[in-house]
Amino acid sequence: MSLAKRIIPCLDVDNGRVVKGVKFVDIRDAGNPVEIARRYDREGADEITFLDITATHDNRDTIIHVVEQVASEVFIPLTVGGGIRTLDDIRRMLNAGADKVGINSAAVFRPEFVQEAAGRFGSQCIVVAIDAKKTSQDGEVARWEIFTHGGRKATGIDAIEWAEKMVAYGAGEILLTSMDRDGTREGFDLPLTRAISEAVAVPVIASGGVGNLDHLADGVINGKADAVLAASIFHFAEYTIQQAKEHMRARGIEVRL
Amino acid sequence: MSSVAVIDYGMGNLHSIAKALQHAAPDVSVTVTADALAILQADRVVFPGVGAIRDCMHALKQAGLDEVIQTVAKTKPLLGICLGMQALLTDSAENGHNLCLNIFSGHVVRFPEDLHDHEGTRLKIPHMGWNQVRQNRHPLWQGIPQDSRFYFVHSYYAQPDDASIVAATTDYPEPFACALAQDNVFAVQFHPEKSQAVGLQLLNNFLHWDV
Repeated sequence: MSLAKRIIPCLDVDNGRVVKGVKFVDIRDAGNPVEIARRYDREGADEITFLDITATHDNRDTIIHVVEQVASEVFIPLTVGGGIRTLDDIRRMLNAGADKVGINSAAVFRPEFVQEAAGRFGSQCIVVAIDAKKTSQDGEVARWEIFTHGGRKATGIDAIEWAEKMVAYGAGEILLTSMDRDGTREGFDLPLTRAISEAVAVPVIASGGVGNLDHLADGVINGKADAVLAASIFHFAEYTIQQAKEHMRARGIEVRL
Repeated sequence: MSSVAVIDYGMGNLHSIAKALQHAAPDVSVTVTADALAILQADRVVFPGVGAIRDCMHALKQAGLDEVIQTVAKTKPLLGICLGMQALLTDSAENGHNLCLNIFSGHVVRFPEDLHDHEGTRLKIPHMGWNQVRQNRHPLWQGIPQDSRFYFVHSYYAQPDDASIVAATTDYPEPFACALAQDNVFAVQFHPEKSQAVGLQLLNNFLHWDV
């Protein structure tokens, strides 16, 4: 009897369609988000995360409709990230049926936003998303920094210190993405994942780089992640969530099956 | 048509719970309301909640809903969920010390800092995710397999004075009371509205519970 490690499929949504690119280029259309969410729920996903990557402000309401539709028929936790900048953005997502929101660059620009959000809505619904990239050279003490703008802009902020600060400010969970690995299918950055997970008391979701089922298990066993997030390996039906869980269980990880 | 009122006192997202109730029992009329009369007239009442206990108790008292819940607890099926369960205890250690509704005698306490499982692995707080629920005999567990997993997210938990009201326990790593039952009042620490099929089954059982 113990808490299960979670598998969280992530849907990158652009103008109401699920897309997935490799290193932010070569974006492939993967289908209708409501249909895909339904399938993941049937396969036993523990939660579902939607990342809204719609560039134009005018089309941002599409994600709200997606969340409303999914929330009326899928009864597992739903997280929405991408473009969350104000308390009103959070309220709109929660009212649409999201259980948690992911805050990323808005926290970097103004960390107090996380305090305000946790104070208003409770830490349980505030996920701080961290995009980190290794900045140390081989042979040096490992160091990762926070990057914004899809990994293009360095901030000079140390990733471990940032994670600790965000938890002190009220983050209930950390979604950690390695920008070196995202889209590469080479597996999570395990030293990064482990460093952050051991530094903070709240759950850490590992993200970025999953290409096979062993990568998921490695994230938990070696990266000490509490949950693992993946996108493309599930969208194109290479693996089902069920297969991923069976594989993790075979490697000794407690899962919900 | 039987009816259920979901108490709306401005804390958290009631969309999920209302949708789940509708889905679990399409034959029941679901109302989300802050209106005392509507709550008192409903056949059953759901008392949800997320966030901090001090805000919760403050909001209930502001709206006069603390007394409404006391009346409901004496008269008809009441389901407390998450913070709605914790608020039913005598008091809570969250935000210092807060007096709660005292419908269940007992206290709400925090998981200790620096929590480890029996193999020495550190356990995160909040307790977040799908954990197993060990049921004691109660009609609301009907059709739900023993040790099913439900979705939890909390840092505080209930310690009732009377062990006989514990309707289920979960290990983290020590067993704690994740469900309490006393006469017509049932309360759960987990989120049935986010616990897929087993959660919907529990809601359905509540909506057809004859006390």
